[in-house]
Formats: sequence, structure tokens, C-alpha cells
Amino acid sequence: MVDRHRIELVVNGETETQEVEPRRLLVDFLREDLGLLGAHIGCEHGVCGTCTVLMNGETIRSCITFAVQADGQEITTVEGLASNGKFHPVQEAFWEKQGLQCGYCTPAMMLRTVEILRENPSPTRDQVREGIASQLCRCTGYQYIIDAVLEAARTMSAGAETDGKVLVKQGAGPSSAEAAAQTQGSGPALEEEAEDASRQKES
Amino acid sequence: MAVTQQPKVERKWIGKSIRRVEDPRFLLGRGAYVDDITLPGMLHAAILRSPYPHATIKSIDVEAARSLPGVVAVVTGAEAAELCAPMPDFGPAPDKHVWRCLAVDKVRYVGEGVAAVVAKSRYLAEDARDLIQVDYDPLPPIVDPEQALEAGAPLVHDALGSNVAYERTFTFGDVDKDFAEAEVVVSDRLRWNRSGGQPLETVGAVAHYDLGTGMMTIHCNSLTFSHFLFMMANTLKVPSNKLDVKPVNAGGSFGSKFWAVKVAVLSGMLSKRVGRPVKLVEDRIDNISNCDHHGSDRVYYVEMAAMKDGTLRSLRLRTIDDYGAYIQFGTGTHGNSLAQLVGPYRIKTAQYQVQAVLTNKCQQGAYRGFGSEVTNWMVERMVDLVAQEIGMDAVDIRRRNFIQPDQFPYFIPTGNMYDSGNYEAVLDKALSMIDLEHWRAEQKRLREEGRYIGIGVISAQERSVFSATEFWFWFDEPAAKVTSSPESVTLTVDGAGNITATLYSCAFWGNSAETMVAQLVAEEFDVEPQNVNIVYSGSNRSLPATGPGGSRFTVMVAGAVQGASTRIKEKMFKVAGHLLEADVGDLEWTDGAVRVKGVPERSKPMAEIAAWLHLFKHSLPDDIESGLEASKVYDHPYTTMPSDDRTNLGVFYPFMGNACHIPVIEVDITTGHVTFLQYVAVHDAGTLVNPRSLGGQIIGGTAQGIGTALYERYVYDKDGQLLTSSYMDYLIPSAMEVPDLEIGHEETPSPFTVHGIKGGGEGGRMMTPAALSAAIDDALAPFGVRCNELPATPERIVNWIEEGRSRQPELTE
Ligand code: FES
Ligand code: FES
Repeated sequence: MVDRHRIELVVNGETETQEVEPRRLLVDFLREDLGLLGAHIGCEHGVCGTCTVLMNGETIRSCITFAVQADGQEITTVEGLASNGKFHPVQEAFWEKQGLQCGYCTPAMMLRTVEILRENPSPTRDQVREGIASQLCRCTGYQYIIDAVLEAARTMSAGAETDGKVLVKQGAGPSSAEAAAQTQGSGPALEEEAEDASRQKES
Repeated sequence: MAVTQQPKVERKWIGKSIRRVEDPRFLLGRGAYVDDITLPGMLHAAILRSPYPHATIKSIDVEAARSLPGVVAVVTGAEAAELCAPMPDFGPAPDKHVWRCLAVDKVRYVGEGVAAVVAKSRYLAEDARDLIQVDYDPLPPIVDPEQALEAGAPLVHDALGSNVAYERTFTFGDVDKDFAEAEVVVSDRLRWNRSGGQPLETVGAVAHYDLGTGMMTIHCNSLTFSHFLFMMANTLKVPSNKLDVKPVNAGGSFGSKFWAVKVAVLSGMLSKRVGRPVKLVEDRIDNISNCDHHGSDRVYYVEMAAMKDGTLRSLRLRTIDDYGAYIQFGTGTHGNSLAQLVGPYRIKTAQYQVQAVLTNKCQQGAYRGFGSEVTNWMVERMVDLVAQEIGMDAVDIRRRNFIQPDQFPYFIPTGNMYDSGNYEAVLDKALSMIDLEHWRAEQKRLREEGRYIGIGVISAQERSVFSATEFWFWFDEPAAKVTSSPESVTLTVDGAGNITATLYSCAFWGNSAETMVAQLVAEEFDVEPQNVNIVYSGSNRSLPATGPGGSRFTVMVAGAVQGASTRIKEKMFKVAGHLLEADVGDLEWTDGAVRVKGVPERSKPMAEIAAWLHLFKHSLPDDIESGLEASKVYDHPYTTMPSDDRTNLGVFYPFMGNACHIPVIEVDITTGHVTFLQYVAVHDAGTLVNPRSLGGQIIGGTAQGIGTALYERYVYDKDGQLLTSSYMDYLIPSAMEVPDLEIGHEETPSPFTVHGIKGGGEGGRMMTPAALSAAIDDALAPFGVRCNELPATPERIVNWIEEGRSRQPELTE
């Protein structure tokens, strides 16, 4: 019998405990064991970025990450973006600006967007272009994606200013503290974020 | 082929850039792609592929693989040949270049499948695959298409007796006379290397053969030509009425999922073998090496005849096209070329010699443009050469030769017709969006600093809506009659007046098929597009449907939607006439209701009529049946047959768009790297249904065109090894390689299509290679560089510069 490892991780706010083979890729674990089909496989070589998910708030390639490496970590997939039946502002912006065609790269592209905007809530067009260069899209030629990222930056910072609400649940750790420090008018953001996270866990 | 007169009408939904109706499910990560499908008891398959380009299979030992726990079956090519007939093949001599789902006796390219494993998981299937031992006897490969023509070259298919699968010379008009009278004749050898669609989602299928019913159900992301699926049933040895291919959203195609039936056949064959559902999804190496959809791979020897004033007279060429190991669509890609062989110009005669050559490579299929993009590049390259020869400006020579707006419908020498156009307007709009004078001044200034910028201006055609004659006119006596490549829709109005549109092909593969249908239905019935429900029918109870390809879907489905809507309205008028006690002739459709002409109070809304039809039949006249549903099979609206001697190929690709691309680039002469300073693209695709969605297609197509022009190539070395089998070597442009485009639209409606729509999904890629080649020439003019081979990789550009320097020693300080 192949040996299996017990892993425990938090995925989109839910604690998951499973036994996996050491060679099981994180993307297969997410898709097949947890049924989170929004993580897609494009190349399996770590090049295209289609399989990108957030681990502790940072993008990783789930096709070249083993599930056992995610033990004890916090993973966010596209399924964790919308909450309470409402689109995340990044999803809304991608729809509004037609930042997708076939939709295959889109979950990864949106998760990367969340990361880009957390690191820099008001990026320039060039910064966005460079930021999304980690993700291939074969359909769009990127232009409307860049429009969508900038639109998300606009609506999110407007939202943060008006009600101090950060709409994505970030992983714990220094990255979200940094993000909070960088968010304009972000005094209450961290608490809001924590609240948001616990709400999601309940639901 | 009556001319559909388009009165200038105010449209409610057509022409609006609404948000796409298909997007929410993709934004939520619920795209329901083929790899997302799981069926009870489903098994997983993996394919063992040949490491040799050309070899005899002496033996295959599958014992170790078979005995691995979790493995359910291992099927070799020889066993597959008993389970399956050869693949459906539209090539010139299918019995002489036999194509099977797995190779038997001999492999013909690196990546060709030789055995399949079915196991409880993909991991186990791949473990077992690695245990299969194949004893190969390598044969010398044939890689170079021109060498493949030579006597004594290794044969890809012995039964064919040569590597030339098809060869013919077509002469349209008195070419010799035009060349004899020409004041200027330019000639060149042009080389277009193979690239491909490479959607981020590969081809996949989940098949379920039900032993109890004999039903073969296959979910796959490549359902096109539903009316040809009986051929796939034949391959799978199931009755055609027991095959149900269910369309699944595709994560991109760009042509590469057009009739991509091999994966479906393999999964079906394996499911029948093991009696359980089987999933087979290509991985990236499978797809790059074995997708059956590499793009055109052509060598041209071409001459263009012109006069000193810039008048273009004739085009004469020989093209050798490297189809790889099989030739599934025959020379259809050259049908595309012949559809727009003379570009937007009044070139009166042409001669076209095509040699379709087989080599030890993956076979060609479709890639955005289907061969016409190569033709655009060739024609524009030659026009630029004439201009250079006579010292004429790129813009002036094009203006001088454009077909004029009052000359449409215009028949080109090959026989195809261009329906409408205004090429000068497209060019002028593009020129108005760019400050050429500024860039010329910059060019001059920067050259003094040792920096090289270049401007390319091209105008080229964007054919849309193929008719299948282009697969058919190659032979004097084709094996069968010709299909019209129809598209169908069923509209169903329920008892509450809500509309469902049923589509019959794999219509969604990243285009906006559902948004198009929703907007077209909304236009007919004055409903909100997002309220139109769109569903897909499996092929088992399908109406004929060809699916997207050749920029046909929107035009064809618009015809189908209009036809079905007319039938629905006829029935509604009958009911309304009865309810309103009015003559049907006195009724009109306004704002979602049937009313007595000019009397708004006397009207019946669609919901009420629908309720009557569904629920209260006995209160309606006897001849009205319950229910409100209508279908329309829309046949190609304008096809004519070729002449017997094939000096005129008839009309087969008539809805002709046009575009002008003007890139401004800088070439780093040390590294050969190209960067963009500005990029203007103006397209005329007739009436626009959703300008932003077409804009997305133009930008995405242009990005692929940039890939084709600068980066992408499936490289086979001289031994036939594929050197680019992953995305580390096959270079897809990232956001850093693609500039923002400035897009303009002209709208010259087609007089022959519903709403005047023309197709536009491929246009970006059909223009960019020509435009970038011109810009590279312009940037590197001081070195006398002529961009005659693509992709113009950094290495190639540096070599061109070096060659230029060695031709002109004064350039080397
Ligand atoms: S699938 Fe993971 S990077 Fe391509
Ligand atoms: S939308 Fe198709 S790959 Fe990005």
C-alpha cells in the first residue's frame, strides 16, 4: 500500500482533514478531493498560472505544489471570493469590463488580482500589466483584464473609504497586516476583515 | 440567395455592448468544463506516446502495466484497430493515408499514441503507462517539406507511394499575359512556420457506454458538425442513433477544437471496452505534440506582376504546405486562401499551385484564420515588395488598387465573391487614429541615436462564413455532394412567456455565443437578453449544426434565430388575431406584444399569448396546436458551384470583412527584441452585435498574431524531434508582450445576411503577422532587412541585421 499522510488545512474558511498520497498535487486535491473545480489545469509545468490559488494570501501554482505542502496552511480558491451570494468586487469588475472570454484562466487571474491590489491598492496600468504577466491568458490579449483590475482597484478603494470594508478574506500572517497598512483609510480594515472571515466560516 | 434588404432600423439590442450573459458561471469558478465532469464509477485514461518520429512497432509488452493494482485495461493500437474503424477523414485518399486513434504497426510522428491505459485514477493510469515496453525499429524520418518532395525520400505512408497527398495548379484568367505585359515583376521565397491555437484548456472527453441500452454518450469540448457525427459513430462501431455527443463549454479553441474528435473516439472506445465511464483529458504535452491541430506550415515561391504606376496585375505562386503525418481536412486551408487570394485589391488574374506534403510531424488542423491568415501575410508582403521596387508609399499603393465601394458585389478571379466593403474608409479611419508624421519624425530622430523604430500599414481581408465547397472543389469528381454547413436553433416559449434557445453545437469556446444568441432573441421579442435561457442539445436529437469556425457562428445563428422567431410570431399572430377578433394582416409586433396596427389598447403581450397556447387549447381555433416552439435550420445563404474545369471555384466564402492594422514598433538591434510604441486596428465586420465583445476578439486575435509573428513555433529538429513540447519552449505571449490596442470599427453591412452581420472572430490574427512584418522591414530598412520568414524571433532578427551588414559593409563601423 502507498503510504498516506494526514493533512489538515483551512480552505476558504473551512477546516479540511484528509489523507493523501505524498505525490498528490494540490490542484488535484482541491479539484478531486474537495470538489473545488475553479482551480484549472493549463500546463502542469508551473508556466501558465491557470492553477493559481492563494496560500496564506499569496499566489502559488497548485500544479507544482504537493497537497502535503499545504498542511497547516490557509488556502483561498475562486470559490472563496463571492460571499453571501454576492460577487467580490474583483469578480464584478471582471464582468463589467469583460476581463474574460473562455473563463479558463479567470479564477487564477482574479486571485492574482486580489494579491496585486492587496500589495498596491492603486496600481498604475503598467504595474498591473507587469503584475498579471505571471498568468497566461490565451483569449483576451490582456487589455480588458487590465481594465478590470484597475476598475476593481477603483471600486475597492472607494468601498474601503466609504465603509472601511475589505471584501476579501486574507490569510493570517504578515501579508495581510502589510496590506492593511497600505490600504487607503484602512484603520478599521483589519477588524472588518476578521469579522468578514468569521462570518464566512459560520456560513 | 436573395439580397436581404436591410432597412435602416433602430435596433434595441443589436449593437449594444452589454455584459456577457455567460460570464457569471465562469467568474464563480463553475465553468463546467470537461475536466469538471465526474460520472459514477468513472475511470481515467492515459495515452502512451511515441518518442520516435518514424518507426516500426515490433512488439508491445503490456503485462507489467496490466498487473499493476488499480489498472482496469491496457489497449494497444492493434487492439484498438479491432475495436474501432479508422478515424473520420476528409483527406484526399483516406484509404492510402489511414488515420487511426492509436498507431498500428508504425508510428509517424513524435507523440503519436501507441497504447491506452484505463485505471482508477489518472495517477495510476500514468504509472501503468510508464510500465509498457514498446520495441521500436526506427526508420529515417522525413522532416523538411521540400525534401519530402524528392524522389527517394522516406515515405510517411507507403500505400500513398509518395509524400504528396495532393497537388494541383489552378489558373484564374490570363496570367501569362499579365506577366508579359507587366512593367515590374517581383518575386520572393516566403516561409511561414507552424504555430497553433494552444487554448489553456486541452481537448477532453468523458464517455459512457451503457451496455444495457447500447447508448454511447460522450461529453466533449469539441462538438462541431453534428450532422457528420455518424462518421464518428462508424469509427466507434455504434449505430449513429445510439451516439450522443454532449457539448461542454470549451476553455478556448481558436480552431484547435474544431472537429477534434480523436480524444472523444479514444474515450468512447475505452468506455466500450471496460463497460464503465472513462475520462480522457489531454495534458499539455499530449496537446502540443498530438492535438491534430497544428497550423499552416508553408513555403511560398511567389511572383507579383505590376505596373510602374503601382497598378497590381497578377499573382503567381507555388506553395508547399507541410501537413504533417495525416491530412484530415484535405487542403481546406487552401480553400481559405483562395477565398481572398487577391486581398482587397483589383488583381485580375492569379495562378495557384498547391503541393500538400506529408512529413513526420503532428498533422495540421485549424488555427484562427485556417490558412487565410497566411495568404494575407503573403499578399501584403508582396504588395510591400512592389511598393519598395517602384518607390511608392505603402498607403498609396493600397489606395491605388482597392476595390471600390460601388464595385460590390465583387467577384475575384478565383470565383469567390466579396459581398460589400469600404476599404478606403477603414484605412482612413486607421490613419486618423495615428499621427504618422510624428512617428516619421521620431523615426528619423531616433535613427541618429542608433535606435530603430518602424511603422507597418496593411489592409487585408477577413472572410467569414465558409461554405463547405472549399473542402470539396479540389477534385473534378468529389467523392460526395457538398454540404451547406447549416446552423440550427430551437426557440421554446413556455407558458409564462419566457424563452429558451437550444443550440446544437459546442457553441461556446470563449467566443460570446450565448450573448450573441441572447441579444438576437432579445431583438426579436423585446425581452432582456439576460432573461433568455440558453441550453445545448446533445447530438442524438440534434438538428444540423456546424459550430463556430471560419467566423461563421454569429451570422449563421442570426439566420436561425430570425427564422425560428418568424415561425413563433406567425403562431402568436394567429392566436392574437383570434383573441383580438382581428385579421392577422391587421396585426403588428410592437414592444413585446401583438397589437392591432396603430391601436395600442388592442394588444396581447407575449406572455398572455403563450399562456393561451400552453393551457387553453380548447378555446382556440381547431387548427392551432398547443405549445409554442419553433426551430430553424439555417443553410449557408450564398453558395454557388464551381465550374467543371475549376477555372472558377464559385462563391464559397462571401461575407468579406476587412481591416487595417498599423503597429509602431521599436527593434533593439542588439537583442532583436521588438517592443510596441502604438498599435491601431480598425476592423469592418459588418453590423456589430456587441462591439465590445468583437473588440475582445480583435485584441485576443492580435495577441495571437503577435505570437505567430514573433514567438510561437512548433519546432521539429532535423531528426524529427519536437523541441517545443511545453510552455517553457512554446512561447505564448504574456501581458508584457502584448500592447494595448486602439480599436476602431467601420460597419459596412452585408447585403446578404440577417441584420447585415459579418463574422469577425479571427480578424486580429489574420492581420497582425503582415503588419508586424511590414513594421520590422520599416524599422530595419537601413540594413535592407526583408522579413520573409515567421516567426521573426530575436535570433532571426539579429541574423537579418547581420546579413544586411555584410551586404553593406559601410554599415559596420
Ligand atoms: S497549470 Fe499550473 S502553472 Fe500551468
Ligand atoms: S479567458 Fe480564455 S484563457 Fe483567459
